[in-house]
Amino acid sequence: MTEPIEEVQDAPVQRVERGEAFLDVRNLQVHFPTDDGVVKSVDGVSFKLERGKTLGIVGESGSGKSVTSLSIMGLHPPGVAKISGQIFLDGQDLVSSSREEVRLLRGKRMAMIFQDPLSAMHPFYTVGRQIIEAYQVHNEVSKQVARKHAIEMLDRVGIPQPDRRVDAYPHQFSGGMRQRAMIAMALSCDPDLLIADEPTTALDVTVQAQILDLIRDLQREFNSAVIIITHDLGVVAELADDIQVMYAGRAAEYGTAEDIFDRPQHPYTWGLLGSMPRIDRERSERLIPIKGTPPSLINVPSGCAFNPRCNYAHLNDGLSQTERPELLDTGNGHLVACHLSPQNRRQAWETDIKPKL
Amino acid sequence: MTTADTESTPVVPKIGEEILSVDGLVKHFPIRKGVLQRQVGAVQAVDGLTFNVTRGETLSLVGESGCGKTTTGRLLTRLLAPTSGKIVFEGRDISHLGEGRMRPLRRDVQMIFQDPYGSLNPRHTVGKIVGAPFRLQHVKTEHGVKRAVQELLELVGLSPEHYNRYPHEFSGGQRQRIGIARTLALRPKLIVADEPVSALDVSIQAQVVNLLEDLQEEFDLTYVMIAHDLSVVRHVSDRVAVMYLGKIVELADRVDLYEKPMHPYTVALLSAVPVPDTKRKGKQERIRLQGDVPSPINPPPACRFHTRCWKAQEICKTQEPPLVELKPGHQTACHFPENVEAPAAKADQ
Amino acid sequence: MVFAYLVRRVIGAVLLLLIVTAVTFAIFFLVPRLGGATADDLAGRYVGKSAGQEQIHNTAVRLGFTDPLYVQYGRFVKGLVVGQDYNYGTGIERCPAPCFGYSFLTQQPVWPDLVARIPVTASLAGGAAFIWLITGVGTGIVSALRRGSVLDRSLMSVALAGVSLPIFFTGLLSLSIFSYGLGWTQQGGINPLDETNPLWWAYDLILPWVTLAFLYAAAYARLTRAGMLETMNEDYVRTARAKGLTERTVILRHGLRSALTPILTIFGLDLGLLMGGAILTETTFSLPGIGQYAVIALRANDLPKVLGVTLVAAFFIVLANLVVDLLYAVVDPRVRIS
Ligand SMILES: Nc1ncnc2c1ncn2[C@@H]1O[C@H](COP(=O)(O)OP(=O)(O)OP(=O)(O)O)[C@@H](O)[C@H]1O
Ligand SMILES: Nc1ncnc2c1ncn2[C@@H]1O[C@H](COP(=O)(O)OP(=O)(O)OP(=O)(O)O)[C@@H](O)[C@H]1O
Ligand code: SF4
Ligand code: SF4
Ligand SMILES: [Mg+2]
Ligand SMILES: [Mg+2]
Repeated sequence: MTEPIEEVQDAPVQRVERGEAFLDVRNLQVHFPTDDGVVKSVDGVSFKLERGKTLGIVGESGSGKSVTSLSIMGLHPPGVAKISGQIFLDGQDLVSSSREEVRLLRGKRMAMIFQDPLSAMHPFYTVGRQIIEAYQVHNEVSKQVARKHAIEMLDRVGIPQPDRRVDAYPHQFSGGMRQRAMIAMALSCDPDLLIADEPTTALDVTVQAQILDLIRDLQREFNSAVIIITHDLGVVAELADDIQVMYAGRAAEYGTAEDIFDRPQHPYTWGLLGSMPRIDRERSERLIPIKGTPPSLINVPSGCAFNPRCNYAHLNDGLSQTERPELLDTGNGHLVACHLSPQNRRQAWETDIKPKL
Repeated sequence: MTTADTESTPVVPKIGEEILSVDGLVKHFPIRKGVLQRQVGAVQAVDGLTFNVTRGETLSLVGESGCGKTTTGRLLTRLLAPTSGKIVFEGRDISHLGEGRMRPLRRDVQMIFQDPYGSLNPRHTVGKIVGAPFRLQHVKTEHGVKRAVQELLELVGLSPEHYNRYPHEFSGGQRQRIGIARTLALRPKLIVADEPVSALDVSIQAQVVNLLEDLQEEFDLTYVMIAHDLSVVRHVSDRVAVMYLGKIVELADRVDLYEKPMHPYTVALLSAVPVPDTKRKGKQERIRLQGDVPSPINPPPACRFHTRCWKAQEICKTQEPPLVELKPGHQTACHFPENVEAPAAKADQ
Repeated sequence: MVFAYLVRRVIGAVLLLLIVTAVTFAIFFLVPRLGGATADDLAGRYVGKSAGQEQIHNTAVRLGFTDPLYVQYGRFVKGLVVGQDYNYGTGIERCPAPCFGYSFLTQQPVWPDLVARIPVTASLAGGAAFIWLITGVGTGIVSALRRGSVLDRSLMSVALAGVSLPIFFTGLLSLSIFSYGLGWTQQGGINPLDETNPLWWAYDLILPWVTLAFLYAAAYARLTRAGMLETMNEDYVRTARAKGLTERTVILRHGLRSALTPILTIFGLDLGLLMGGAILTETTFSLPGIGQYAVIALRANDLPKVLGVTLVAAFFIVLANLVVDLLYAVVDPRVRIS
């Protein structure tokens, strides 16, 4: 899973000026002007993703996960969102591209699966027709060919009797089958980037396991780049190579899955891990919740957005309340946005957090 | 069961004694069709549950969507009338009590609902919502309803100043606290909590879980907790009942169930839980169930799990395995259970 | 299953129509009787002013007012189903099914009169429906897609005016401008749609069409706009965009399709309602349709006519309901009966 990065660079695109990441998001900002004020849903997010790799984005509800992914896909309605920064997909900046250029990439080079597969499929059209449609936008083929392709895709994602099921309507599928069909639809043009926004949140745990397996298998097969968005740390641990923890529209911490789970550095990540009952460990007597509630994105607290809920904010001589911490490398690409000094951080982790997880 | 001796004298609460017992509980929702709207079938939402709840404990019901957890909860609180079977609360058979005779019991048995948005009337203030049970039940309070409500709000970690605010001004976790405060108003003995934390974020979820635990300790509450998150269930429960398609397939002590699950479904369920541990990634020996849960309208005959069970044999399709106690306090309904200490114990059935 | 459903619906429809007739019957016969009127009092309305007591009584007997009510009602229903023989003293006249009886005033059979008027109302309703469907839905879509723009706001202001102005106002206004003032169109009446040039038919109807359509188009524009705004926010529209479909396809195939479904229902019911007589429009433009007939009948208190009109109107409404429900199953696979 780690080596085949270079050889897949077969696309004739030569526009990449820096780095070779397939997806390169730089300082993305998405703001929504509303009557109550500007909602800063995403406020300076950067990350890179190679083909064949999976990035997990975790964070609480409203932390900007979906907004980030919709920006990459160019799915924010025009005029509603103010987007700045850059999103390079294989060297092409999507933010400055025209809507038509981005549309041509959607479905073909990047595709997305959504949380609720029932509402994400059109209730009036058969599953097959919706997949055929996805294939035909980007491939000039006859209906018969597209239909055959749709049946193949349904078969590939594990739908039994695909030649019959292709004519069923979404409501005739079970939840798991619908999500499989969504995946078939997303993969029908063999995209290089697949974004899965809470793909299993609406599903039962046994079905969730099936879908996660499927996504993992398909990624290996298609060698695509995958972004998986979820609030379930267990799900990211299953799939992700790298993880970005988001809080209030910004990245709090970024690192490999091992970094995040074995040596987390940010108090918010600690909070998430402490809040979560673990089925694989000794049962802790008490969960350690994060106090308070997530901030409003219109009035983000000054300084570190997490400071009203953070147990360590007082250790930084008021810096936590006044200055926004930058996302800085603590070594080996493990990035953390926190003012805590390395000593304080290590001490808090060793004495307060680690023993209780 | 103790039924005769509790008619007149009030029950003295005792930890460890049975507060609720359920016997052969069934709920079928009829399906009607045709010109005359004949009944052509039934959703067998709950189909023969038998279990007891001990005072002071937390019993959890887990299972996949549609297995009948909510229906069970609504039956226990008698928001629904059972098709058949018996529910005995503190020695009184409440399975067919009418609304009038049920009302005094509503003080003792309360329900917390899943949706912290939908279950609060958006046009009522928090004070009115939390105070409603006092008014409905005509309860006299020492210093007036307002004081009582404010005390409740503090108890669940809200500020008394929230009295005059409306539900939409609160976050999901706070709304769930309002719901809990309302539930606590009448000092119930038994609380049926239907997915009380499912709609909440992890960090908030932990706050509410802790709150529920504190309250249980403070007021000797008994919980029937409905949930589908197995990690949360393990954290909160004393005993766990695993449901599949309207039936209990396994009922055991928490430790026993999580460490030595006996029913194949429980085994599969536990192994499907994604674990936030990178060392186990990809390596874990996983049992993957095929397909989805069948419809409760036409559930598979005999063992309802046989269509997805990897251990299924002919007998599973013809003979229903009874829920029997294979170990002290550990009941399982399977012909070929896992983790059996004496391997011969069940094989000849 | 579909058959059972149809049978159930048709039985329901017939029962409903029976109830409608019974209620109308009761209103015109029972209520005056309860108020103390005798059979002769009732008959008195249908003879000349100078008629004597005897003549009135004869009329009462002839019209059947002296029979018990249920006999009268039974006679009416029987006439509808199998026809009826009328004895005028001068001879027996056969009124074939569906027999709505004879006008108390003119002694003309009601049914042929009604039949003659249906095409007029149908022309009016059909043409107007065509216009309002296209303009209303079109306006709604444009407004929804340009939400908040100047265009949207002006269109919606016009629509608001459209739904708030009554027909007789817009009708008289347009008549006074285009007919009396400019002399472009006729002042009322209609050319039948037969061998003569159909343009004449359309020419005569253009003003009533537009007037009637304006009212409905305004309502439909608002409905469509609201529906489009709602569906364009649906998850499946986002999915359609995520596939890379052109905005046109997204709007027409995914957004509009769902937004139009509820409008289909309303359209069916509106059309059914109008087929039972567009009273205001027909009166304003002197069109000899069902609505005008209803007004004449009501003014004269001519019960057979009133019953006939009521039943025809109710029939169209019930029919429209049935068709809409069946169409809904065609449009929305989720309600299809398995
Ligand atoms: N069109 C919009 N106009 C205004 N605010 C918006 C809009 N879309 C999203 N937001 C706001 O942006 C914030 C981030 O939303 P986002 O959907 O990205 O959250 P999320 O992290 O995906 O959360 P969840 O886990 O609930 O899906 C939210 O506070 C949301 O209210
Ligand atoms: N009022 C009702 N009428 C008909 N069927 C019903 C009714 N209520 C529930 N059901 C059906 O009974 C079955 C059990 O439903 P129930 O809500 O108890 O499941 P659950 O275990 O709570 O699921 P979830 O995890 O999705 O909440 C489902 O198939 C459901 O569709
Ligand atoms: S910067 Fe301060 S408030 Fe923010 S996480 Fe670090 S210690 Fe906490
Ligand atoms: S009885 Fe048979 S089918 Fe049912 S769980 Fe046990 S082994 Fe599986
Ligand atoms: Mg989201
Ligand atoms: Mg439920």
